[in-house]
Amino acid sequence: MATVPGFELPTRPFRHKHLLGIEGLSREDILQLLEAADALAPLTRSERPKEASLRGRTVVNLFFEASTRTRTSFEIAAKRLGSDAVNVSSSGSSVTKGETLIDTVKNLDAMRVDAMVIRHASSGAPHLVARVLDDAGSKCAVINAGDGLHEHPTQALLDARTIREATGRRDDFSGLVVAIAGDVLHSRVARSNAILLSTLGAEVRLCAPATLLPPGVETLKPKDAPGLVRAVQRLEEALDGADVAMMLRVQRERLAGVFLSSTREYSRTFGLSAKRLALAKPGALVLHPGPINRGVELDDGVANGAQSRILDQVENGVAVRMAILHLLAGLRA
Amino acid sequence: MARAILLRDVRRLDPVAALDDRVDVLLEDGVIRRAGRGAGDSLVGQSGVQVVEGAGRWLLPGFVDLHVHFREPGEEHKEDIASGLRAAVAGGFVAVCAMANTKPVNDVRAITEMMVARGREAALARLHPIGAVTKGLLGQELTEVADLRDAGAVAISDDGRCVTNSLVMRRALEYARTFDVPVIQHAEDHALTEGADMHEGAVSTRLGLRGWPRTAEDIIIARDCILAEAARARYHVAHLSTKGAARLVAEAKGRGIAVTAEVTPHHLLLTDEAIAEGFGYRTACKVNPPLREAEDVAALRRALADGTIDAIATDHAPHHATDKEVEFSAARPGMIGLEICVPLLLDLVRTGELPLMRLVYALTAGPAKVVGIDVPRAIEGARADLVLIEPEATFRIERATLASKSTNTPFLGREVRGAVDATFVGGRLVHVRHGSHGLHGISNS
Repeated sequence: MATVPGFELPTRPFRHKHLLGIEGLSREDILQLLEAADALAPLTRSERPKEASLRGRTVVNLFFEASTRTRTSFEIAAKRLGSDAVNVSSSGSSVTKGETLIDTVKNLDAMRVDAMVIRHASSGAPHLVARVLDDAGSKCAVINAGDGLHEHPTQALLDARTIREATGRRDDFSGLVVAIAGDVLHSRVARSNAILLSTLGAEVRLCAPATLLPPGVETLKPKDAPGLVRAVQRLEEALDGADVAMMLRVQRERLAGVFLSSTREYSRTFGLSAKRLALAKPGALVLHPGPINRGVELDDGVANGAQSRILDQVENGVAVRMAILHLLAGLRA
Repeated sequence: MARAILLRDVRRLDPVAALDDRVDVLLEDGVIRRAGRGAGDSLVGQSGVQVVEGAGRWLLPGFVDLHVHFREPGEEHKEDIASGLRAAVAGGFVAVCAMANTKPVNDVRAITEMMVARGREAALARLHPIGAVTKGLLGQELTEVADLRDAGAVAISDDGRCVTNSLVMRRALEYARTFDVPVIQHAEDHALTEGADMHEGAVSTRLGLRGWPRTAEDIIIARDCILAEAARARYHVAHLSTKGAARLVAEAKGRGIAVTAEVTPHHLLLTDEAIAEGFGYRTACKVNPPLREAEDVAALRRALADGTIDAIATDHAPHHATDKEVEFSAARPGMIGLEICVPLLLDLVRTGELPLMRLVYALTAGPAKVVGIDVPRAIEGARADLVLIEPEATFRIERATLASKSTNTPFLGREVRGAVDATFVGGRLVHVRHGSHGLHGISNS
C-alpha cells in the first residue's frame, strides 16, 4: 500500500542474504541497490513517508563503536519503511564486556530479529556474525555499517548515488576520475569506494602520505572490474583533472606522532583548499564521509562551497539504507 | 622380559647414513638388534618374536619437534603434557621441545623439573623443556641458565615474545654459551608489529587488518646474527616466515656463524590468502609470525631443500574455541600441528619439491643437532626410536580423531595421503593408528 502517489516498491529479490561489503558484489548487484534507492528516494521527501515494506519486521542497530550519523540514518531508514528499529549501543569490545560477540548475537537472534545492522571496531566482525547466524540456520540478514579498517558498504553506495545524481551518469562511470585523499590506511570508506567505483568503471586515485597508504591498493579493484585503482603520492597529482574530490577524515590522534608530524603540515600538504580544488575539473564534486575536521583536510570555504555535495551525501544515505533494508529484510519471505 | 618385534620388509631410511633400502628390522631390548635384507627369515616362528609384515611401509628414525606449546602448567584446558605427548606420538614424534611461555613461565628450575617429571609419567614421546631467556619473558633479567640446563632444559627461548633489547640479547647469547645452551629467538621487532593481525600486504589491505611487515622479522635476525657472531654463541631462529629471513640465515651460515633455523608446516603450505577464504577472517589461520605470500613460501621451500633451514618444527599451539571463535583482532595466534605435520608435508615430496631424505633429515637429525639431543637413527645398534609410515593410506583430518585437546587448525576436513601407522620410543610401541595393518595386538611392554 503506497502512501506516495504513483510510487512502487522494488520487487526483484536481491541475490545476497547479507551485505557484508562491496567486495563480492557484481556490477548488477550494485546497480540493483542504487536503482532501489532511486525508487525509494521519493519517500524520504514525502509528507507522510511511512511505507509498509518493513511492517512487522524487526531491525536491530548493533553499534559497538560510536556513531551518530550512520546509526541515525539506519534508524530513520528502518522507521520510514514501517519497521520497529531497536538500537543497541555498546562501547568497548565484547572481550571487555565479558560477553562474546557471538553470544550477544545469538541472544538477539533468539528474539527473532530480521536484520542486524552492525558497526564494530574489529574488521570482519559482521562476517563472523553472518557465519554464526547462517550456521545456526537463522534467516536474519547482516548489514555491515562499518567494520574496523575494512569496509563501509552503505557509505560507498550513498557516495555512488550522490555522484549519479550530480553527474547524471547512471550505470557507467567509465572516464570518471575520483580522487580519494587522506588517511587511506585506516579508512574503510576508501576501501569500499575503491571497489565500488572501479566496478562501475571509474578511475580511482588513492592519495595519502606514504605513512598512511597501505601496500597493494591497486588490488582493491576486482579482477574483472573495468575501472582502475592506483596510488598517488601528491594531492595535486590526484586532483589533476578529477571529477570528484573525496576527502577522508584524519583522526586527531594521528596528526602528531609517527604517522604525521602536525596538523599544520598536514593541512598545508594534504588539505583541500579552493586553490587546490581548481586543479580538478570545473564544477568537480567535493565529498566527505563526515564528520569533517574543518580546516584540516577540508577548508571551511570548500566544505560550504557550491561544489560541496556533503549534505546530499547525508540525505542519500537514508535512501540507500532504505533500499538495503527493503531488499534484505522487507522482500525476504 | 621384553619381547622382540620383527618388522619384515620395510623401506628403511636413515638420512645420516644415506640409507634407503628394503630390510627386515628386529627390535629387542629397546634397540634395533638387527637390520638387513632377510635378517628376519630365521626368526619367524620363534617364540617371543612378534612379526609385523611391513609390506613396503616406511621405517624412519622417529621425529623431533623443536617447538611445541603444551600449556602445562597454567592452561591445561588447551593441552597438558600428557595430551600433548599423545598428539606427538600420533604424529610420529619421539621427542619434543616444550616452549617456556607457560603460566607461570618456565624460568626456574622447579618448573623445568615438573615438566620433565610429567613427561616421564606419560611415558610416550620424550619431553625436553626449553627454559626462558629472561625472567617472566619480560626481556630484562636473565634466568638461571645453568640451573635450567641441569634440570633438563635443552635450550632457552622467550618464544611468543622477542628478546628485542640488543644488550639483553647480547648477554643472553654470551651467558648461554658459557653453558653450551642454544638461544632460540622469536624474531619480531615488537615496535613494528604493534596491534598487527596478519602479514602486511595486499591481502591485509583488502581485509582491513593491521599488517605485520616482513621487516619486523628480518631486522631481528640480521641483528642477532651479528650478535651471535661476536659472542661465538649458538643461535637458532624459530619459525622462519619470510624470504628475507631465509636469505639472512643463508648468508650468516656462509660466514661460518653458528646459526640454525626452523620452519613450520603452515609457513611451507599456506599463504595469507587462506585467511580470506569463505566468509574470510579465518582465525584458524591467525599465527605468529603470520602466513605470508607465495614468494615467501617458495623461498622457504627452497631453503629447506638446500639445507639453509635445519629443521621442521610444528609450533604446535593449542587454543580453546573461546580464543578462536571471536573477532579476528581478538583471536589468539597459533595452530596445532603435531599430528598432521608429516601427512601434510608428504605432498611436497610427491610434487618433487622436497626429496624424501631431506624431509626426514629435517624431522630427525636436523632438529636433534640444534639442541644437542640424541639423533634418532634407523641403523643396527641404535635406540629404537622409530616411526612406521603407510605412505598410501588416505584419511581426513577430523576434530574427533585428533589426540590433542584442541582442534585449532585450518586443515580440518582436508584429505591427506600418508599416515603414521606406528611410533616406537625406546623400542616400546607407543602409538598404533586405528586401521593400520598388522599392528593391533602387538605389545612389548
